[in-house]
Amino acid sequence: MSQAAAIEAKNLDLTFETGDGAIQALRDVTLEMRKGEFVSFIGPSGCGKTTFLRVVAGLETPTGGEVRVNGMSPDEARRDRAYGYVFQEAGLYPWRTIAGNVRLPLEIMGYSRSEMADRVNRVLELVELSGFENKHPWQLSGGMQQRASIARALAFDADILLMDEPFGALDEIVRDHLNEQLLGLWEHTGKTIGFVTHSIPEAVYLSTRIVVMSPRPGRIADVIDNPLPRTRPLDIRDTPEFLEVAQRIRKGLRAGHSYGD
Amino acid sequence: MTLVLAALVLWMAAWLLNTRIAGSSLASSYIGRVAVPVVFGLSVLAIWELVVRGLNVPQVILPAPTIIAETFAAETGTLWIDFRQTALKGAISGYVIGCLAAFVVALAIDRSTFLRRGLLPIGNFVAALPIVGTAPILVNWFGFDWQSKAAVVVVMVFFPILVNTVQGLADTAAMQRDLMRTYSASYWQTLLKLRLPAAMPFVFNGLKIATTLALIGAIVAEYFGSPTRGMGFRISTSVGTLELAMVWSEIAVAALAGTLFYGAVTLVERWVTFWHPSQR
Repeated sequence: MSQAAAIEAKNLDLTFETGDGAIQALRDVTLEMRKGEFVSFIGPSGCGKTTFLRVVAGLETPTGGEVRVNGMSPDEARRDRAYGYVFQEAGLYPWRTIAGNVRLPLEIMGYSRSEMADRVNRVLELVELSGFENKHPWQLSGGMQQRASIARALAFDADILLMDEPFGALDEIVRDHLNEQLLGLWEHTGKTIGFVTHSIPEAVYLSTRIVVMSPRPGRIADVIDNPLPRTRPLDIRDTPEFLEVAQRIRKGLRAGHSYGD
Repeated sequence: MTLVLAALVLWMAAWLLNTRIAGSSLASSYIGRVAVPVVFGLSVLAIWELVVRGLNVPQVILPAPTIIAETFAAETGTLWIDFRQTALKGAISGYVIGCLAAFVVALAIDRSTFLRRGLLPIGNFVAALPIVGTAPILVNWFGFDWQSKAAVVVVMVFFPILVNTVQGLADTAAMQRDLMRTYSASYWQTLLKLRLPAAMPFVFNGLKIATTLALIGAIVAEYFGSPTRGMGFRISTSVGTLELAMVWSEIAVAALAGTLFYGAVTLVERWVTFWHPSQR
């Protein structure tokens, strides 16, 4: 695996102007994500983890500093279809079937008909939704809808996957299952993944590196290299190594925290 | 007097029958759902007949349903000519032109803030103009034939379609728009694949409201000048010659046409917006 940078952020600042004054969503965020890394962003709400992902995607414009995605500006990277984005909600279009929803980015990017059919089949198989092609979103459970939205982000060959709390609204059992699937998927696609979460076990279980962020202003409190091996059965979560990483995250979160004072 | 008593008895009986059907296991079945309004409609007609005959109501006040039906059957030729003139030529062509125009203007308004600030208030203003005031002017401009009726209909249906479409085009979630942005979708791609489908439930609301407005507009506009045919023309002249059965026949035609028109649009709506929570 190459060690080239997929995402580089240097001294990133982002200030939102709101009705009651300016809010600093990001302050001096510097981070490098190498190709093939799985980086989790964790922190309380308002810590800028989602904002950071949106800046990388070119959905927000930073007020200071610089971001490069695959060596390009976020806007260029977006036009280059460098990344797939998975939102908190599945956000499938109800008038399209599951296959139709997965086909949506391919239609926009102008793939040929046979190419589209191939890719839709392949990614639906990848997220274990074969056989549900002709269902409509409202006929599927929340977990299945979220899997379909992941398939939609995988359908075109972006080598970066940005995921904003994709499993936040799902129950624990479904979440475990999807976490396992996501790890497998990452392993055999070799994509670079940026993953926002507020669950410590999820962050430890999934990532190679964990970025702990703290709020007001949003900034990086700690960056933790995950010593766990790449292949991770679900019960790795009971090992001392796992708990040690979890503890360090908890400490990082507490240090950057200032509830009540 | 006996006829009036019979009407009262019939009213009670029909009431009892409908309460029974609504309370029984039939209520949720197809037969039950059709039976209740049918029983209600038939009993209203029967009571109308009995009361008019029993109290000797003069024909110029209210003709009995059987008299109306007789006139209807005898005059189907005239009724068809009037229907063609008013509903098919005036109302439908005005409806189609008005809806298409409003839809195109809605797209333009949606694209430009300038037009939204400028055109929507003017549209609002035009919609507030009374139809009995504008219809004579349009008849002056476009002549006595169906073209002026279509123009009145255009003016009437334009605003509801416009407002509903503009509102519908704005009815997408921020997340859905962000998704299209991450694909670098163009304005037209976003419009065709996201915003228009999402706007359809609103558009159809406007289209349904416009069906009834179209028929009203086409009929009323004939009061201000028309060739010697048309539903509005027939109603105003038949009232003048006290042929009330003919007036009621035209009203029956208008009610039937309006219901069918509305029903047809509803069918298309069900087909287009099958995915909307209100349809599935």
